[in-house]
Amino acid sequence: MIRFALALVCALTLALPARALDIRQVTSEGGLTAWLVEAHDIPFTALRISFRGGASLDAEGKRGATVLMTGLLEEGAGTMDSQTFAEAAEGLAAEFGFDVGDDTLDISARFLTENRAASVDLLREALVNPRFDEVAIDRVRAQVLSIIASDAQDPNSLAGERLSGLIYGAHPYGSSNNGTAASLKALTREDLFDAKARVMAKDRIVISAVGDITAAELGPLLDNLLGGLPDSGAPMPPKVTPAFDGSVSVVDYDSPQSVVVFGQAGLAMDDPDFFAAYLLNQIIGAGGFSSRLMDEVREKRGLTYGIYTYLVPKDLAEVWMGSFSASNEKVAEAIRIVKEEWTKAATGAVTEAELADAKTYLTGAYPLRFDGNGQIAEILVGMQLSGLPPEYIETRNAKVEAVTKDDITRLAKRILDANALSFVVAGKPVDLK
Amino acid sequence: MLRLMLAIALGAFGLSPAIAEEVSHFTLANGLEAVVIEDHRAPVVVHMVWYKAGAADEPRGKSGIAHYLEHLMFKGTDDLAPGELSKTVAANGGSDNAFTSQDYTAYFQRIASDRLELVMKMEADRMRDLVLSEDDWQTERDVILEERAQRTDSNPQALFSEQKTAAQYLNHPYGTPVIGWRNEMMELTREDALWWYRRYYAPNNAVLVVAGDVTPAQVQALAETYYGPLEPSADLPPRKRVEEPQQLAERRVIFTDPRVAQPFVSRSYLAPERNPGDQAKAASLTVLAEVLGGNPATSVLGRKMVFGTGEAIYASAFYDGLSIDKTTFGLAVMPAADVTLDEAEAGLDEALIAFLSEGIDPAQFARIKTQIKAAQIYARDNTQGLAHRYGEALASGLTVADVQGWPEALMAVTEADVMTTAREVFDRRQAVTGYLDRPAAEEAQQ
Repeated sequence: MIRFALALVCALTLALPARALDIRQVTSEGGLTAWLVEAHDIPFTALRISFRGGASLDAEGKRGATVLMTGLLEEGAGTMDSQTFAEAAEGLAAEFGFDVGDDTLDISARFLTENRAASVDLLREALVNPRFDEVAIDRVRAQVLSIIASDAQDPNSLAGERLSGLIYGAHPYGSSNNGTAASLKALTREDLFDAKARVMAKDRIVISAVGDITAAELGPLLDNLLGGLPDSGAPMPPKVTPAFDGSVSVVDYDSPQSVVVFGQAGLAMDDPDFFAAYLLNQIIGAGGFSSRLMDEVREKRGLTYGIYTYLVPKDLAEVWMGSFSASNEKVAEAIRIVKEEWTKAATGAVTEAELADAKTYLTGAYPLRFDGNGQIAEILVGMQLSGLPPEYIETRNAKVEAVTKDDITRLAKRILDANALSFVVAGKPVDLK
Repeated sequence: MLRLMLAIALGAFGLSPAIAEEVSHFTLANGLEAVVIEDHRAPVVVHMVWYKAGAADEPRGKSGIAHYLEHLMFKGTDDLAPGELSKTVAANGGSDNAFTSQDYTAYFQRIASDRLELVMKMEADRMRDLVLSEDDWQTERDVILEERAQRTDSNPQALFSEQKTAAQYLNHPYGTPVIGWRNEMMELTREDALWWYRRYYAPNNAVLVVAGDVTPAQVQALAETYYGPLEPSADLPPRKRVEEPQQLAERRVIFTDPRVAQPFVSRSYLAPERNPGDQAKAASLTVLAEVLGGNPATSVLGRKMVFGTGEAIYASAFYDGLSIDKTTFGLAVMPAADVTLDEAEAGLDEALIAFLSEGIDPAQFARIKTQIKAAQIYARDNTQGLAHRYGEALASGLTVADVQGWPEALMAVTEADVMTTAREVFDRRQAVTGYLDRPAAEEAQQ
C-alpha cells in the first residue's frame, strides 16, 4: 500500500545505535578486564559475569555436577548458611542470578548504589567461598530431581533431548545438563568443589557492568569480587559435528497434540556467510507473521499456533533448528509443508521484497534490544563471548545491509539440505511414515 | 536456589513508580483516555491500546470470543490487507502482539520512536474499521483451537488450574477460561466476532498508553489526528458482571493425569481486589503473599516447610490485586519425594495456624519494606513494564492516582494489617483446595 511506503524507505536510514553507548574497557589492577557503560540516571548497577565452558565441563561420569553446583552457590557461603545469605541479600535489596547452560555459567547481579560495597562483598562469598553444606546439597538435589522427572513428562523436553542425543551422541551437548537421576544421586560434596574449580576460573571469565558506577570504582570492585578465584580451570570440551540423517523419529507421548523439533547443520558466527544465513533464517522462519513457514503452516492452513526457526551457533557446534506444535492428526501434513519449504529455501531464491523486509526488520529491531541496564550488560557479555569488538554495535547493521540475493543463493546452496533435515515428534502423530 | 515454576511468575509488588512528572494523562473529546510516560534514555517507544472488554464480559455460551476477536484483529481493515499491520511493523524493525485477559484486551507495538505515527495510524484504523473476509475466520478458529491444544490440553498443570478456577467461582464469569471451553470455541462464528467487535471496540471504551522517547504534546497531537475522528460508541454496555454469591462450602478438586511428573497441592481463597481510592486491603494481601511465600529461603512457608520439616521442595504464596471483581489469594506446595499430598496439605495448614499465632518476624517485615523501596528504583529501568502497569490498571477501572499511590499503600501496611487480613482471607468456606497427581498404580493399569 502506498501510504506506508514512505515509512519503509526511512527505515533504511535509521540511525544506530539506539542509545549512544560509550563502551569502555576497564582492566583492574589484578588483570581482570570488563566492558563498562556508565549510566548515572538511575542509582543502581547491573553486573554480568560469564564463565566459558558451562555445563559441558562436567567431569567424566559426573553429569549434572555443574548444574547442581550452580544451584548451590547462593545456598550458603563463608560464615552464612542459605537462609542467612538470602536474608542478607534481601536486606540490601540486591538481586543475584546464577544460571548455567551448555556454553557458559552466568552470574547476573543488580544492586543499589547506596548498598554497592556490601552487595559485592556478599556476592563474593557466593562466588569464592560457597559452602556446599550437605543439607543444602540434599535440598537442591531434590529440586533438580523434580525437574528431571518433570522433563521426562514434558513433550518439549522429550523432543529436544531426543534430537540432541541423535545428533551429538556422547558429546556433552547430547545429554541434559541436569544429568540423570542416577548420576545426580551419585554426586558428592567433593564433586561439587571439583565442578566449581573446573568452570569458575579467571582464564575463562567475561565481565560487563552497566549503570551508576565509574571505571575507577569498577576495577577495585572486580578484584575484590573475583580476585580469589583460581587462575585456570579444566580444558574446554572438543568440538562436535552434529549428525543429521533426515529421519523422522517419534517419542511416544500420550497427548492430543505433538511437539515437533527439526534441524540440520548450521554455521559459525565467523563464517563469511553468517549474515546471509541470518537473513535467510528471518525469511524462512524467524520473522513471525512475516515468515514463509508461519504463512504456510499457520495462516494458510491453521495447522499450528506458531512455527519458528533459529540459527544456533554454539561454541562447539553449529545447528539450524526449528519447532512447532500441531494436533496429532495434523502433524504429517505440517511436516510435509516444512520439507517442501525447506526444499524451496535450499534453491536460495528470495524475492527483493523478502530481502528488503528482512533487512529493515533486523536493522530496525537491533537498537530496540538496548533498553535497560540489565539487557545491555547481557549483550556486552554476549559480544565478548563471541569475540566481537565494541565497535560491532556500530558496524553490525551495515553487515546486514551488505547481504545480496547472490549471497543468499550461495549460502542456501552450500548449507541448506532438505534431505538432511531431521525431525523428532513427541506425541501420538497420526499417519506419519 | 533452582526455581520451580508453579504458577505465573508475577512481579512481587506490581509497582508502577514512575514519578508523577514523567506521566501525563489526557482524554480526547470522543472519550479515549491516554497516558504518556516519558523515558528519553533510548529512541524507542511502546504504543498500546487497551480495550475495557475481556473474557469476563462474554455472553454465556460464547466463551473464547474476546480472545478469538483479538486474533481476528490482525486480519485487516478497509485500508489494511490481512497481516499487513504486523508485516509493516516488522518491516520497520518493530514488534507487535496482543493479549486477552478476563478484564481487558490489549494490543501493542514496540518500535523506534520516529515510527510512532505509523503504528498509531494503523492501530486507530482497526479500532473501527475491521474487515473479516469469509475465509479468514475459519482458519483462525483452527489456530485458536491449536493454541488451546498447545497451552492447555497438552499441559496437565494448565488443565488442573482451569478446573480449579472453575470451581472457585460459583457464578462469576472468572470461572470460565479466557481461551474458552473447547466445545464452545468450536462453534464460534464470524458473526459472533463482529458482534463482539461492534459492541466493545470504540474510543470511549479504550485506553491509549504511549511510553518512551516522546513528549506528551507530540502524543496528544498524533492522537487527535488518528484517534480523534473515530466515532464513540453510543450504546456501550455498563461493565457489570453477575455477582458471586456468598460462598459457604469448601471445594476440593482432585485431578490426575499420567503426564504429571511432580504432584503438588494448591489452594486458592476468594480475596478482595484493588479498588479505585481503596487499595489498603489489596496492599496488605500483597505484603502477606510476600511474607508467607515470596522469597523461597526467607518466607514463612519456605522456612517452615522447605528448610524446617523438609516436607516440601517448594512452597509459595501469590496474589495479584489487579482485577475488576473478586480475585484469589493462592498457596502451593510441592511435596518432597516421600511425602503424600495429604501430608503436604496437613503441613501447609499447620504452618498457617502457626503463622497466625506467631505473627510476623519484624526483621523479615523490615526487609520486605526495603525491597518495596528498591523495586521503585529498579522499575525505572523498564519502561515497557511501566506502560503495562498503567494500561492494565486503567483498563481495570483504576485511576492514574491509584497507580501512583500504590507504592505508598504498600509502604503504609503494618504488621497488624497483614495479620488482620490473613485472618479474614483464610476462610476455608471460600477456598478451593486442589491436588494435581499421577493416577494411582491400579487405576493406571485399567
